[in-house]
Amino acid sequence: MLKLIDVNKTFYPNTANEKKALQSINLTLKKGDFVTIVGSNGAGKSTLFNTICGNFLIDKGGIFLDGENITVMPDYKRSYNIGRIFQDPMKGTAPGMTIEENLCLAYTRKAKRSFFALNRRDYKLFYELLKSLDLGLEDRMKVKVGQLSGGQRQAVSLLMSTISSPKLLLLDEHTAALDPKTAEKVLQITNKLVDEKNITTMMITHNINSALKMGNRILVMDEGKIVLDISGEEKSKMTQDELLNLYSQKSRKQFSNDRTLFSANDENI
Amino acid sequence: MDFITPIQLGLLYSIMALGVFITFRILDLPDLTVEGSVVLGMAVCAMITKAGHPYLALFASIIVGALAGLFTGILQTKLKINPILSGILTMTSLYSINFYVTGGLANVALTKERTIFTDLNSIIPNSKPLSYMVTALIITIIVSALLIIFFKTKPGLAIRATGDNEDMVRSSSINANFTKCAGLAIGNACVALSGALIGQQQMFFDSGFGIGIVVIGLAAVIIGEAVFGKRSVTIGIISTVIGSIIYYLIIALARRIDLFPSYGFKLATALIVIIALSFPAVKDWWELHKIRKRAKESLNNIKYN
Repeated sequence: MLKLIDVNKTFYPNTANEKKALQSINLTLKKGDFVTIVGSNGAGKSTLFNTICGNFLIDKGGIFLDGENITVMPDYKRSYNIGRIFQDPMKGTAPGMTIEENLCLAYTRKAKRSFFALNRRDYKLFYELLKSLDLGLEDRMKVKVGQLSGGQRQAVSLLMSTISSPKLLLLDEHTAALDPKTAEKVLQITNKLVDEKNITTMMITHNINSALKMGNRILVMDEGKIVLDISGEEKSKMTQDELLNLYSQKSRKQFSNDRTLFSANDENI
Repeated sequence: MDFITPIQLGLLYSIMALGVFITFRILDLPDLTVEGSVVLGMAVCAMITKAGHPYLALFASIIVGALAGLFTGILQTKLKINPILSGILTMTSLYSINFYVTGGLANVALTKERTIFTDLNSIIPNSKPLSYMVTALIITIIVSALLIIFFKTKPGLAIRATGDNEDMVRSSSINANFTKCAGLAIGNACVALSGALIGQQQMFFDSGFGIGIVVIGLAAVIIGEAVFGKRSVTIGIISTVIGSIIYYLIIALARRIDLFPSYGFKLATALIVIIALSFPAVKDWWELHKIRKRAKESLNNIKYN
Protein backbone atom coordinates (compact mmCIF):
# COMPACT_ATOMS: atom_id res chain seq x y z
CA MET A 1 0.00 0.00 0.00
CA LEU A 2 2.72 2.48 0.98
CA LYS A 3 6.25 2.29 -0.31
CA LEU A 4 9.06 4.65 0.64
CA ILE A 5 12.23 4.15 -1.36
CA ASP A 6 15.48 5.80 -0.28
CA VAL A 7 13.72 8.88 1.10
CA ASN A 8 16.06 11.66 2.17
CA LYS A 9 15.35 15.09 3.58
CA THR A 10 17.85 17.58 4.93
CA PHE A 11 16.84 20.94 6.35
CA TYR A 12 19.11 23.96 5.84
CA PRO A 13 21.76 22.01 3.91
CA ASN A 14 25.32 23.31 3.99
CA THR A 15 24.67 25.72 6.82
CA ALA A 16 25.40 25.68 10.55
CA ASN A 17 21.77 24.61 11.21
CA GLU A 18 21.91 21.62 8.90
CA LYS A 19 19.62 18.83 10.10
CA LYS A 20 19.51 15.49 8.33
CA ALA A 21 15.89 14.82 9.22
CA LEU A 22 15.43 11.65 7.14
CA GLN A 23 18.31 9.47 5.98
CA SER A 24 17.72 6.81 3.36
CA ILE A 25 14.36 5.64 4.67
CA ASN A 26 13.12 2.44 3.07
CA LEU A 27 9.70 1.28 4.18
CA THR A 28 6.98 -0.94 2.80
CA LEU A 29 3.50 -1.19 4.29
CA LYS A 30 0.95 -3.81 3.26
CA LYS A 31 -2.74 -3.00 3.13
CA GLY A 32 -4.24 -3.29 6.58
CA ASP A 33 -0.95 -2.86 8.44
CA PHE A 34 -1.24 -0.88 11.65
CA VAL A 35 2.21 0.45 12.41
CA THR A 36 3.11 2.29 15.60
CA ILE A 37 6.13 4.56 15.52
CA VAL A 38 8.21 5.51 18.53
CA GLY A 39 11.40 7.45 18.94
CA SER A 40 12.94 10.31 20.83
CA ASN A 41 12.11 13.91 19.95
CA GLY A 42 13.83 14.97 16.78
CA ALA A 43 14.08 11.40 15.50
CA GLY A 44 12.19 12.29 12.36
CA LYS A 45 8.74 10.86 13.06
CA SER A 46 6.65 13.95 12.26
CA THR A 47 8.97 14.78 9.37
CA LEU A 48 8.22 11.35 7.96
CA PHE A 49 4.50 12.12 8.12
CA ASN A 50 5.05 15.53 6.57
CA THR A 51 6.85 14.04 3.59
CA ILE A 52 4.15 11.42 3.06
CA CYS A 53 1.45 14.12 3.20
CA GLY A 54 3.31 16.45 0.89
CA ASN A 55 3.81 19.38 3.26
CA PHE A 56 7.26 19.61 1.73
CA LEU A 57 9.06 17.73 -1.00
CA ILE A 58 11.90 15.30 -0.38
CA ASP A 59 15.46 15.73 -1.58
CA LYS A 60 15.88 12.25 -2.94
CA GLY A 61 13.86 9.08 -3.29
CA GLY A 62 10.32 8.05 -4.10
CA ILE A 63 6.96 7.73 -2.36
CA PHE A 64 4.30 5.39 -3.73
CA LEU A 65 0.76 5.01 -2.46
CA ASP A 66 -1.14 1.97 -3.72
CA GLY A 67 1.15 1.82 -6.71
CA GLU A 68 0.72 5.50 -7.57
CA ASN A 69 3.79 7.75 -7.55
CA ILE A 70 2.97 10.65 -5.25
CA THR A 71 6.49 11.94 -4.76
CA VAL A 72 5.75 15.40 -6.22
CA MET A 73 1.97 15.52 -5.91
CA PRO A 74 0.59 18.66 -4.10
CA ASP A 75 -0.71 18.21 -0.56
CA TYR A 76 -4.41 18.71 -1.18
CA LYS A 77 -4.37 16.11 -3.95
CA ARG A 78 -2.66 13.57 -1.71
CA SER A 79 -5.21 14.15 1.04
CA TYR A 80 -7.82 12.59 -1.21
CA ASN A 81 -6.35 9.26 -0.10
CA ILE A 82 -4.46 10.17 3.05
CA GLY A 83 -6.07 11.16 6.34
CA ARG A 84 -4.08 12.84 9.09
CA ILE A 85 -4.83 13.71 12.69
CA PHE A 86 -2.67 16.04 14.73
CA GLN A 87 -1.79 16.30 18.39
CA ASP A 88 -3.59 19.65 18.65
CA PRO A 89 -7.35 19.01 18.69
CA MET A 90 -7.89 22.49 17.20
CA LYS A 91 -6.11 21.66 13.96
CA GLY A 92 -8.33 19.00 12.48
CA THR A 93 -11.66 20.78 12.56
CA ALA A 94 -13.17 24.15 11.63
CA PRO A 95 -14.15 25.62 15.01
CA GLY A 96 -16.75 28.10 13.74
CA MET A 97 -18.78 25.43 11.97
CA THR A 98 -21.04 22.73 13.34
CA ILE A 99 -20.21 19.02 13.66
CA GLU A 100 -22.57 18.34 10.79
CA GLU A 101 -20.87 20.87 8.53
CA ASN A 102 -17.41 19.59 9.40
CA LEU A 103 -18.36 16.01 8.59
CA CYS A 104 -19.97 17.16 5.39
CA LEU A 105 -16.77 18.91 4.34
CA ALA A 106 -14.65 15.87 5.12
CA TYR A 107 -17.02 13.73 3.07
CA THR A 108 -17.17 16.24 0.19
CA ARG A 109 -14.95 14.49 -2.28
CA LYS A 110 -16.47 11.09 -1.88
CA ALA A 111 -20.12 11.96 -1.27
CA LYS A 112 -22.80 11.66 -3.92
CA ARG A 113 -23.63 14.83 -5.83
CA SER A 114 -26.24 17.01 -4.17
CA PHE A 115 -27.20 20.68 -4.32
CA PHE A 116 -27.36 21.47 -0.66
CA ALA A 117 -24.39 20.51 1.45
CA LEU A 118 -26.47 19.33 4.39
CA ASN A 119 -29.13 16.96 3.21
CA ARG A 120 -31.16 14.20 4.76
CA ARG A 121 -29.26 11.32 3.18
CA ASP A 122 -25.88 12.41 4.48
CA TYR A 123 -27.44 13.45 7.76
CA LYS A 124 -28.51 9.86 8.43
CA LEU A 125 -25.03 8.58 7.70
CA PHE A 126 -23.43 11.13 10.02
CA TYR A 127 -25.94 10.35 12.77
CA GLU A 128 -25.16 6.65 12.66
CA LEU A 129 -21.42 7.26 12.63
CA LEU A 130 -21.56 9.67 15.56
CA LYS A 131 -23.79 7.25 17.45
CA SER A 132 -21.20 4.51 17.11
CA LEU A 133 -18.67 6.67 18.91
CA ASP A 134 -20.79 6.39 22.04
CA LEU A 135 -20.04 9.95 23.16
CA GLY A 136 -23.51 11.46 22.82
CA LEU A 137 -22.38 13.65 19.94
CA GLU A 138 -25.16 12.45 17.63
CA ASP A 139 -27.59 14.66 19.55
CA ARG A 140 -25.33 17.67 19.24
CA MET A 141 -24.81 17.78 15.52
CA LYS A 142 -25.73 21.44 15.25
CA VAL A 143 -23.25 22.47 17.95
CA LYS A 144 -20.23 24.48 16.82
CA VAL A 145 -17.11 22.31 17.06
CA GLY A 146 -15.24 25.09 18.88
CA GLN A 147 -17.45 24.44 21.92
CA LEU A 148 -16.50 20.78 22.26
CA SER A 149 -13.82 19.46 24.58
CA GLY A 150 -10.43 18.30 23.27
CA GLY A 151 -11.32 14.63 23.40
CA GLN A 152 -14.61 15.18 21.61
CA ARG A 153 -12.88 17.21 18.92
CA GLN A 154 -10.32 14.47 18.37
CA ALA A 155 -13.13 11.94 18.10
CA VAL A 156 -14.81 14.12 15.47
CA SER A 157 -11.45 14.54 13.70
CA LEU A 158 -11.06 10.75 13.65
CA LEU A 159 -14.49 10.37 12.18
CA MET A 160 -13.74 13.04 9.60
CA SER A 161 -10.54 11.38 8.46
CA THR A 162 -12.06 7.92 8.18
CA ILE A 163 -15.42 8.86 6.68
CA SER A 164 -13.95 9.11 3.21
CA SER A 165 -12.27 5.71 3.58
CA PRO A 166 -8.72 6.88 2.94
CA LYS A 167 -6.05 4.46 1.79
CA LEU A 168 -3.68 5.62 4.52
CA LEU A 169 -4.31 7.13 7.94
CA LEU A 170 -1.61 9.03 9.79
CA LEU A 171 -2.05 9.61 13.52
CA ASP A 172 0.43 12.11 14.89
CA GLU A 173 0.38 11.66 18.70
CA HIS A 174 -3.33 12.30 18.55
CA THR A 175 -3.97 11.45 22.20
CA ALA A 176 -1.01 13.36 23.61
CA ALA A 177 -3.07 16.41 24.60
CA LEU A 178 -5.84 14.41 26.28
CA ASP A 179 -6.27 13.14 29.82
CA PRO A 180 -5.65 9.37 30.31
CA LYS A 181 -9.32 8.37 30.39
CA THR A 182 -10.26 10.31 27.27
CA ALA A 183 -7.06 9.14 25.57
CA GLU A 184 -8.08 5.54 26.23
CA LYS A 185 -11.52 6.20 24.77
CA VAL A 186 -10.07 7.85 21.67
CA LEU A 187 -7.66 4.92 21.18
CA GLN A 188 -10.60 2.51 21.44
CA ILE A 189 -12.43 4.47 18.77
CA THR A 190 -9.27 4.51 16.65
CA ASN A 191 -8.99 0.73 16.80
CA LYS A 192 -12.65 0.28 15.99
CA LEU A 193 -12.70 2.58 12.95
CA VAL A 194 -9.43 1.22 11.59
CA ASP A 195 -10.57 -2.38 11.98
CA GLU A 196 -13.98 -1.76 10.42
CA LYS A 197 -12.61 -0.27 7.26
CA ASN A 198 -9.27 -2.10 7.23
CA ILE A 199 -7.38 1.16 6.81
CA THR A 200 -3.59 1.08 6.60
CA THR A 201 -2.52 3.14 9.58
CA MET A 202 0.63 4.69 11.01
CA MET A 203 0.53 6.01 14.57
CA ILE A 204 3.18 8.09 16.31
CA THR A 205 3.14 7.81 20.06
CA HIS A 206 5.40 8.44 23.02
CA ASN A 207 3.57 5.85 25.09
CA ILE A 208 5.52 2.63 24.53
CA ASN A 209 2.78 0.55 26.11
CA SER A 210 0.23 1.76 23.57
CA ALA A 211 2.78 1.26 20.84
CA LEU A 212 3.25 -2.36 21.82
CA LYS A 213 -0.42 -3.04 22.50
CA MET A 214 -1.84 -1.57 19.32
CA GLY A 215 -1.23 -2.57 15.78
CA ASN A 216 0.69 -5.40 14.21
CA ARG A 217 4.03 -3.70 13.66
CA ILE A 218 6.29 -1.31 15.51
CA LEU A 219 9.00 0.99 14.15
CA VAL A 220 11.61 2.70 16.26
CA MET A 221 13.23 5.78 14.73
CA ASP A 222 16.41 7.52 15.72
CA GLU A 223 18.33 10.32 14.06
CA GLY A 224 16.32 10.12 10.86
CA LYS A 225 16.72 6.38 10.43
CA ILE A 226 14.54 3.38 11.21
CA VAL A 227 16.54 1.38 13.73
CA LEU A 228 14.00 -1.29 14.67
CA ASP A 229 11.18 -2.90 12.72
CA ILE A 230 9.29 -5.56 14.65
CA SER A 231 6.09 -7.22 13.60
CA GLY A 232 3.74 -10.11 14.18
CA GLU A 233 4.54 -12.67 16.91
CA GLU A 234 7.78 -11.04 17.97
CA LYS A 235 5.91 -7.78 18.57
CA SER A 236 3.03 -9.31 20.52
CA LYS A 237 5.47 -11.11 22.81
CA MET A 238 7.69 -8.10 23.42
CA THR A 239 7.63 -6.18 26.69
CA GLN A 240 8.52 -2.58 27.30
CA ASP A 241 11.88 -3.45 28.90
CA GLU A 242 12.90 -5.74 26.06
CA LEU A 243 12.16 -3.00 23.56
CA LEU A 244 14.17 -0.41 25.47
CA ASN A 245 17.10 -2.82 25.69
CA LEU A 246 17.03 -3.51 21.98
CA TYR A 247 16.84 0.23 21.32
CA SER A 248 19.89 1.09 23.42
CA GLN A 249 21.77 -1.80 21.84
CA LYS A 250 21.12 -0.45 18.36
CA SER A 251 21.97 3.09 19.38
CA ARG A 252 25.18 1.98 21.04
CA LYS A 253 26.18 0.09 17.94
CA GLN A 254 25.85 3.31 16.01
CA PHE A 255 27.74 5.16 18.69
CA SER A 256 30.68 2.82 18.37
CA ASN A 257 30.65 3.34 14.61
CA ASP A 258 31.12 7.06 15.22
CA ARG A 259 33.96 6.26 17.62
CA THR A 260 35.78 4.25 15.00
CA LEU A 261 35.26 7.06 12.54
CA PHE A 262 36.82 9.61 14.86
CA SER A 263 39.78 7.38 15.79
CA ALA A 264 40.42 6.66 12.12
CA ASN A 265 40.61 10.40 11.48
CA ASP A 266 43.01 10.85 14.38
CA GLU A 267 45.38 8.31 12.87
CA ASN A 268 45.38 10.14 9.58
CA ILE A 269 46.28 13.37 11.31
CA MET B 1 -38.25 63.15 8.15
CA ASP B 2 -37.76 61.48 4.80
CA PHE B 3 -37.19 57.79 5.54
CA ILE B 4 -37.40 56.58 1.98
CA THR B 5 -34.12 57.97 0.66
CA PRO B 6 -31.91 56.66 3.49
CA ILE B 7 -33.55 53.23 3.28
CA GLN B 8 -33.05 53.17 -0.47
CA LEU B 9 -29.42 54.19 -0.11
CA GLY B 10 -28.98 51.68 2.67
CA LEU B 11 -30.31 48.91 0.44
CA LEU B 12 -28.10 49.77 -2.50
CA TYR B 13 -24.99 50.08 -0.36
CA SER B 14 -25.90 46.89 1.49
CA ILE B 15 -24.94 44.85 -1.57
CA MET B 16 -21.48 46.35 -1.29
CA ALA B 17 -21.53 45.61 2.44
CA LEU B 18 -22.39 41.98 1.64
CA GLY B 19 -19.26 41.83 -0.49
CA VAL B 20 -17.25 43.16 2.44
CA PHE B 21 -18.98 40.64 4.72
CA ILE B 22 -17.91 37.78 2.48
CA THR B 23 -14.24 38.74 2.40
CA PHE B 24 -13.90 40.22 5.87
CA ARG B 25 -16.05 37.88 7.97
CA ILE B 26 -16.44 34.65 6.01
CA LEU B 27 -12.98 34.46 4.47
CA ASP B 28 -11.31 36.37 7.30
CA LEU B 29 -9.24 38.37 4.79
CA PRO B 30 -9.02 42.16 4.96
CA ASP B 31 -9.73 43.07 1.34
CA LEU B 32 -9.17 46.61 0.13
CA THR B 33 -9.87 45.75 -3.50
CA VAL B 34 -13.38 47.01 -2.69
CA GLU B 35 -12.40 50.63 -3.18
CA GLY B 36 -11.37 49.88 -6.73
CA SER B 37 -13.99 47.32 -7.71
CA VAL B 38 -16.94 49.50 -6.68
CA VAL B 39 -15.78 52.23 -9.08
CA LEU B 40 -14.98 49.62 -11.74
CA GLY B 41 -18.54 48.33 -11.54
CA MET B 42 -19.87 51.86 -11.74
CA ALA B 43 -17.62 52.72 -14.72
CA VAL B 44 -18.40 49.61 -16.75
CA CYS B 45 -22.10 49.98 -16.03
CA ALA B 46 -22.08 53.68 -16.96
CA MET B 47 -20.43 53.11 -20.32
CA ILE B 48 -22.66 50.18 -21.28
CA THR B 49 -25.80 51.97 -20.06
CA LYS B 50 -24.85 54.96 -22.18
CA ALA B 51 -24.64 52.56 -25.13
CA GLY B 52 -28.24 51.70 -24.42
CA HIS B 53 -28.08 48.35 -22.55
CA PRO B 54 -28.86 48.90 -18.88
CA TYR B 55 -29.38 45.24 -17.95
CA LEU B 56 -26.31 44.00 -19.80
CA ALA B 57 -24.48 46.77 -17.94
CA LEU B 58 -25.43 45.30 -14.57
CA PHE B 59 -24.44 41.83 -15.69
CA ALA B 60 -21.11 43.10 -17.01
CA SER B 61 -20.36 44.86 -13.73
CA ILE B 62 -20.76 41.56 -11.88
CA ILE B 63 -18.28 39.91 -14.22
CA VAL B 64 -15.62 42.61 -13.94
CA GLY B 65 -16.02 42.71 -10.17
CA ALA B 66 -15.39 38.98 -10.07
CA LEU B 67 -12.30 39.41 -12.23
CA ALA B 68 -10.94 42.11 -9.91
CA GLY B 69 -11.44 39.82 -6.93
CA LEU B 70 -9.84 36.96 -8.81
CA PHE B 71 -6.81 39.12 -9.55
CA THR B 72 -6.36 39.91 -5.87
CA GLY B 73 -6.79 36.22 -5.12
CA ILE B 74 -4.06 35.23 -7.56
CA LEU B 75 -1.71 37.81 -6.05
CA GLN B 76 -2.31 36.27 -2.64
CA THR B 77 -2.29 32.59 -3.47
CA LYS B 78 0.10 32.15 -6.37
CA LEU B 79 2.47 35.05 -5.79
CA LYS B 80 2.10 34.73 -2.03
CA ILE B 81 1.74 38.48 -1.56
CA ASN B 82 0.37 39.60 1.81
CA PRO B 83 -3.47 39.84 1.69
CA ILE B 84 -3.75 43.51 2.63
CA LEU B 85 -1.06 44.44 0.14
CA SER B 86 -2.70 42.37 -2.60
CA GLY B 87 -5.92 44.29 -2.12
CA ILE B 88 -4.10 47.62 -2.20
CA LEU B 89 -2.22 46.64 -5.37
CA THR B 90 -5.41 45.68 -7.17
CA MET B 91 -7.13 48.82 -5.93
CA THR B 92 -4.26 50.98 -7.19
CA SER B 93 -4.26 49.26 -10.58
CA LEU B 94 -7.98 49.83 -10.84
CA TYR B 95 -7.57 53.60 -10.42
CA SER B 96 -6.04 53.67 -13.89
CA ILE B 97 -8.15 50.90 -15.36
CA ASN B 98 -11.33 52.75 -14.45
CA PHE B 99 -10.16 55.69 -16.53
CA TYR B 100 -9.41 53.37 -19.42
CA VAL B 101 -13.00 52.16 -19.18
CA THR B 102 -14.50 55.64 -19.29
CA GLY B 103 -12.09 56.82 -21.95
CA GLY B 104 -10.33 59.20 -19.60
CA LEU B 105 -13.46 60.86 -18.17
CA ALA B 106 -13.66 61.45 -14.43
CA ASN B 107 -17.39 62.03 -14.58
CA VAL B 108 -20.07 60.56 -16.82
CA ALA B 109 -23.69 61.71 -16.81
CA LEU B 110 -26.50 59.21 -17.35
CA THR B 111 -29.35 61.66 -17.02
CA LYS B 112 -31.11 60.83 -20.25
CA GLU B 113 -30.37 57.12 -20.29
CA ARG B 114 -32.61 54.19 -19.63
CA THR B 115 -31.77 52.35 -16.41
CA ILE B 116 -33.29 49.59 -14.32
CA PHE B 117 -34.71 52.34 -12.14
CA THR B 118 -36.38 54.25 -14.95
CA ASP B 119 -37.81 50.99 -16.22
CA LEU B 120 -39.34 50.07 -12.90
CA ASN B 121 -40.43 53.66 -12.30
CA SER B 122 -44.06 52.76 -12.62
CA ILE B 123 -44.09 50.07 -9.95
CA ILE B 124 -45.50 52.59 -7.52
CA PRO B 125 -47.24 55.12 -9.67
CA ASN B 126 -46.84 58.80 -8.89
CA SER B 127 -44.01 58.28 -6.48
CA LYS B 128 -40.55 58.12 -7.92
CA PRO B 129 -38.68 57.82 -4.59
CA LEU B 130 -40.91 54.95 -3.45
CA SER B 131 -40.49 53.13 -6.76
CA TYR B 132 -36.76 53.49 -6.51
CA MET B 133 -36.82 52.12 -3.00
CA VAL B 134 -38.96 49.15 -3.96
CA THR B 135 -36.65 48.40 -6.89
CA ALA B 136 -33.66 48.51 -4.57
CA LEU B 137 -35.52 46.28 -2.12
CA ILE B 138 -36.31 43.66 -4.77
CA ILE B 139 -32.72 43.56 -6.00
CA THR B 140 -31.34 43.34 -2.47
CA ILE B 141 -33.69 40.50 -1.59
CA ILE B 142 -32.69 38.57 -4.70
CA VAL B 143 -28.96 39.01 -4.07
CA SER B 144 -29.25 38.14 -0.36
CA ALA B 145 -31.33 35.05 -1.10
CA LEU B 146 -28.82 33.86 -3.70
CA LEU B 147 -25.95 34.32 -1.27
CA ILE B 148 -27.75 32.59 1.60
CA ILE B 149 -28.49 29.59 -0.61
CA PHE B 150 -24.97 29.55 -2.03
CA PHE B 151 -23.33 29.34 1.38
CA LYS B 152 -25.41 26.28 2.17
CA THR B 153 -24.04 24.39 -0.81
CA LYS B 154 -20.83 22.37 -0.83
CA PRO B 155 -18.69 25.02 -2.56
CA GLY B 156 -20.09 27.63 -0.17
CA LEU B 157 -19.24 25.43 2.80
CA ALA B 158 -15.71 25.01 1.49
CA ILE B 159 -15.27 28.78 1.25
CA ARG B 160 -16.56 29.22 4.79
CA ALA B 161 -14.18 26.58 6.12
CA THR B 162 -11.24 28.21 4.34
CA GLY B 163 -11.78 31.30 6.44
CA ASP B 164 -12.12 29.18 9.56
CA ASN B 165 -9.30 26.66 9.32
CA GLU B 166 -7.38 26.55 6.06
CA ASP B 167 -5.29 23.50 7.01
CA MET B 168 -8.40 21.46 7.58
CA VAL B 169 -9.69 22.36 4.13
CA ARG B 170 -6.47 21.12 2.55
CA SER B 171 -6.72 17.88 4.54
CA SER B 172 -10.21 17.41 3.15
CA SER B 173 -8.66 17.41 -0.29
CA ILE B 174 -10.11 20.78 -1.26
CA ASN B 175 -7.92 23.29 -3.07
CA ALA B 176 -7.77 26.14 -0.55
CA ASN B 177 -6.21 28.55 -3.07
CA PHE B 178 -9.18 28.00 -5.33
CA THR B 179 -11.74 28.63 -2.60
CA LYS B 180 -9.97 31.82 -1.53
CA CYS B 181 -10.02 33.15 -5.08
CA ALA B 182 -13.66 32.14 -5.46
CA GLY B 183 -14.63 33.94 -2.25
CA LEU B 184 -12.80 37.09 -3.29
CA ALA B 185 -14.39 36.94 -6.74
CA ILE B 186 -17.90 36.59 -5.35
CA GLY B 187 -17.36 39.35 -2.79
CA ASN B 188 -16.04 41.81 -5.32
CA ALA B 189 -18.75 40.88 -7.81
CA CYS B 190 -21.30 42.03 -5.22
CA VAL B 191 -19.35 45.21 -4.61
CA ALA B 192 -19.15 46.00 -8.32
CA LEU B 193 -22.89 45.32 -8.75
CA SER B 194 -23.56 47.74 -5.92
CA GLY B 195 -21.43 50.40 -7.61
CA ALA B 196 -23.28 49.80 -10.87
CA LEU B 197 -26.69 50.13 -9.24
CA ILE B 198 -25.72 53.30 -7.39
CA GLY B 199 -24.39 54.71 -10.65
CA GLN B 200 -27.69 54.00 -12.38
CA GLN B 201 -29.69 55.35 -9.48
CA GLN B 202 -27.83 58.63 -9.19
CA MET B 203 -27.47 58.74 -12.99
CA PHE B 204 -23.90 59.80 -12.60
CA PHE B 205 -20.50 58.21 -12.57
CA ASP B 206 -17.87 59.70 -10.29
CA SER B 207 -14.32 58.32 -10.34
CA GLY B 208 -13.70 59.37 -6.75
CA PHE B 209 -16.66 57.42 -5.43
CA GLY B 210 -14.68 54.58 -3.98
CA ILE B 211 -12.51 56.50 -1.57
CA GLY B 212 -13.25 55.53 2.00
CA ILE B 213 -16.00 53.16 1.01
CA VAL B 214 -14.55 50.15 2.79
CA VAL B 215 -15.34 51.78 6.12
CA ILE B 216 -18.99 52.17 5.11
CA GLY B 217 -19.14 48.49 4.28
CA LEU B 218 -17.48 47.57 7.57
CA ALA B 219 -19.83 49.92 9.42
CA ALA B 220 -22.82 48.07 8.00
CA VAL B 221 -21.38 44.66 8.91
CA ILE B 222 -20.45 45.70 12.42
CA ILE B 223 -23.67 47.55 13.20
CA GLY B 224 -25.51 44.46 12.01
CA GLU B 225 -23.47 42.29 14.36
CA ALA B 226 -23.96 44.68 17.26
CA VAL B 227 -27.72 44.39 16.78
CA PHE B 228 -28.10 40.71 15.90
CA GLY B 229 -25.00 39.13 17.37
CA LYS B 230 -22.45 37.00 15.56
CA ARG B 231 -24.31 33.85 14.69
CA SER B 232 -24.62 31.98 11.44
CA VAL B 233 -23.78 33.13 7.94
CA THR B 234 -27.47 33.46 7.08
CA ILE B 235 -28.11 35.74 10.05
CA GLY B 236 -24.93 37.61 9.16
CA ILE B 237 -26.14 38.34 5.63
CA ILE B 238 -29.50 39.62 6.84
CA SER B 239 -27.94 41.64 9.65
CA THR B 240 -25.49 43.25 7.23
CA VAL B 241 -28.34 44.50 5.04
CA ILE B 242 -30.18 45.85 8.04
CA GLY B 243 -26.96 47.31 9.43
CA SER B 244 -26.49 49.21 6.21
CA ILE B 245 -30.01 50.65 6.42
CA ILE B 246 -29.50 51.61 10.08
CA TYR B 247 -26.24 53.30 9.18
CA TYR B 248 -27.86 55.48 6.56
CA LEU B 249 -30.74 56.30 8.89
CA ILE B 250 -28.22 57.46 11.49
CA ILE B 251 -26.44 59.60 8.91
CA ALA B 252 -29.75 61.08 7.73
CA LEU B 253 -30.71 61.83 11.32
CA ALA B 254 -27.38 63.48 11.99
CA ARG B 255 -27.73 65.54 8.81
CA ARG B 256 -31.23 66.57 9.84
CA ILE B 257 -29.97 67.87 13.14
CA ASP B 258 -27.39 69.84 11.12
CA LEU B 259 -24.73 68.08 13.09
CA PHE B 260 -22.09 68.40 10.41
CA PRO B 261 -21.54 69.82 6.92
CA SER B 262 -21.40 67.47 3.94
CA TYR B 263 -17.63 67.12 4.10
CA GLY B 264 -17.90 65.77 7.64
CA PHE B 265 -19.59 62.66 6.28
CA LYS B 266 -16.55 60.38 6.39
CA LEU B 267 -15.55 61.46 9.90
CA ALA B 268 -19.08 60.76 11.07
CA THR B 269 -18.86 57.31 9.49
CA ALA B 270 -15.62 56.51 11.26
CA LEU B 271 -17.03 57.66 14.57
CA ILE B 272 -20.15 55.53 14.14
CA VAL B 273 -18.01 52.47 13.41
CA ILE B 274 -15.81 53.15 16.42
CA ILE B 275 -18.85 53.41 18.68
CA ALA B 276 -20.40 50.23 17.28
CA LEU B 277 -17.11 48.35 17.57
CA SER B 278 -16.55 49.46 21.12
CA PHE B 279 -19.93 48.15 22.36
CA PRO B 280 -18.50 44.81 23.62
CA ALA B 281 -15.50 46.46 25.26
CA VAL B 282 -17.65 49.07 27.00
CA LYS B 283 -20.04 46.35 28.16
CA ASP B 284 -17.15 44.35 29.62
CA TRP B 285 -15.74 47.44 31.31
CA TRP B 286 -19.12 48.15 32.87
CA GLU B 287 -19.41 44.58 34.17
CA LEU B 288 -15.90 44.80 35.61
CA HIS B 289 -16.78 48.09 37.25
CA LYS B 290 -19.80 46.51 38.93
CA ILE B 291 -17.74 43.55 40.18
CA ARG B 292 -15.10 45.88 41.58
CA LYS B 293 -17.73 47.93 43.38
CA ARG B 294 -19.24 44.81 44.90
CA ALA B 295 -15.84 43.52 46.00
CA LYS B 296 -15.00 46.83 47.63
CA GLU B 297 -18.28 46.84 49.56
CA SER B 298 -17.85 43.28 50.82
CA LEU B 299 -14.32 44.13 51.90
CA ASN B 300 -15.63 47.06 53.94
CA ASN B 301 -18.18 44.78 55.63
CA ILE B 302 -15.48 42.32 56.66
CA LYS B 303 -13.37 45.06 58.21
CA TYR B 304 -16.20 46.34 60.35
CA ASN B 305 -17.02 42.86 61.63
